[in-house]
Amino acid sequence: MIGFVLFFAWLGFGGDLIFYLSTARETPWENEHYRHVVPWFGIALTLIGMIVARYAYRTGPQKVLWATGAREVSDPSNDGERQLVNVVEEMAIAAGLPRPRIWIIPDDDPNALATGHDPRDSHVAVTRGLLAVCNRDELQGVIGHELGHIKNLDVRLMTTLAALVGAVALISDGIGRGLGRGRFGRAGGGGGGGRKGGAGAIILVLLVVWLISWMLAPTITQVLAIAVNRGREYLADAMSAQFTRNPLALVSALEKIEGAGAPTTAIKRGTAHLCIVDPLGRRLGRREGWLANRLATHPPISMRIARLKGMGYAQVKKEGGLTV
Amino acid sequence: MMWLLLVVVVIAGLWMVGAYNGLISLKNQTVNAFKQIDVQLKRRHDLIPNLVNAVKGAMNFERATLEAVVQARNQAVKVNASGPEAMKQISQAENALSGALTRLLAVVERYPDLKATGNIGQLQEELTSTENRIAFARQLYNDTATQYNTKQQQFPTTLVTGIANAAPAELWEIEEQAERAVPQVDLSGR
Repeated sequence: MIGFVLFFAWLGFGGDLIFYLSTARETPWENEHYRHVVPWFGIALTLIGMIVARYAYRTGPQKVLWATGAREVSDPSNDGERQLVNVVEEMAIAAGLPRPRIWIIPDDDPNALATGHDPRDSHVAVTRGLLAVCNRDELQGVIGHELGHIKNLDVRLMTTLAALVGAVALISDGIGRGLGRGRFGRAGGGGGGGRKGGAGAIILVLLVVWLISWMLAPTITQVLAIAVNRGREYLADAMSAQFTRNPLALVSALEKIEGAGAPTTAIKRGTAHLCIVDPLGRRLGRREGWLANRLATHPPISMRIARLKGMGYAQVKKEGGLTV
Repeated sequence: MMWLLLVVVVIAGLWMVGAYNGLISLKNQTVNAFKQIDVQLKRRHDLIPNLVNAVKGAMNFERATLEAVVQARNQAVKVNASGPEAMKQISQAENALSGALTRLLAVVERYPDLKATGNIGQLQEELTSTENRIAFARQLYNDTATQYNTKQQQFPTTLVTGIANAAPAELWEIEEQAERAVPQVDLSGR
């Protein structure tokens, strides 16, 4: 969050600095020439950054849920929904958290996601497909995973990131194109007029770095989302095992989810990292390796299953040891 | 030399505050987790009369099982002890109730055509959920209490255990050998 605002500040103040340097080099007798002293762009962009971050933080959960077309289960009307509500309440008890609000996403592909700010204000959404394929124990494992995210406060980070990824893409597309073109022309003219080669080079380097930051802004936020997500999935899996004491149920749930081929169409790229398994990059998620490891928002499912099975066998061994 | 001593004292003081607060926080979490078990047990007590009424008609031939559940429930509600013996008494009564409910669930399993009626299917789900809730509440309590106990006994923190007025919390366990046994279910038919 702070990084995001700082990044915006760099985008703004960096631009100002370049502009300032390029105009300051102008010969003083050209009094009518505009000198860029007050860093208006920096102030404005920092403010925009802060407002966007604040806005993204506050409305993130609603946006995510709205984007998936989820509907809240307030009054369970059939056996499946009743079971879902019961399972969520049980897991909330096991995790020692208040009960999150429950949503169902009208999609036949099995998947689940959690969002919210903190445990007091959190949401768990599952797809219709998940309710159809999973039995009670498996559902428990999946919900336990999502509550693990909530308990670790992952949801706050991930939801804010989801909203920011969208916002940055929008802003960099809009403002970046408009401002970048206009100022590049002017700054380039100023730099060309400068007599000192050294200063010109500094300006040029700054300009290039600054422009690259602008171009990379959307990618950077995406990479951030990916980087943040690795490891947290493993942790949430482990917490699910801690809550249910039944890691093998989550294993069979993951296997079932992976087995279902169709991508989750209701879940867009921006919210992909919120889900229990990547709704889009299934092909990447299956393969292991350097590239796949770095490009997927989720660790490979086979790795997650292997780790969970490890926990399961350790548990069986321990229990067996107790009775002997 | 003087300032070195001062630094050491300040660091020790800060650490003590941290350790003390950590212990107090764990203590309150443990108390809260214990209360959660109570909440879930109370919920079960309130639920059982309704459930039994709902299925009474459909299960006329299993009167005894239903009556055992009601009796165990009334027994559990009556327990209102306090003090060190309370936990033992409560857990005894509640374990008896759990046993009766398990038998009821097993009976329901025995009649597949019974499950087809909506009421019984719901009864099964509600019973499973209720038992799960209690089990998970106990699990949370035991986990928290274990964490609390371990913290008290581990080396540096053990120094402030006295100041924080921390005492080992009792874990919730199954008291009687009979309860430990897997309930026997006769599936041979009537």
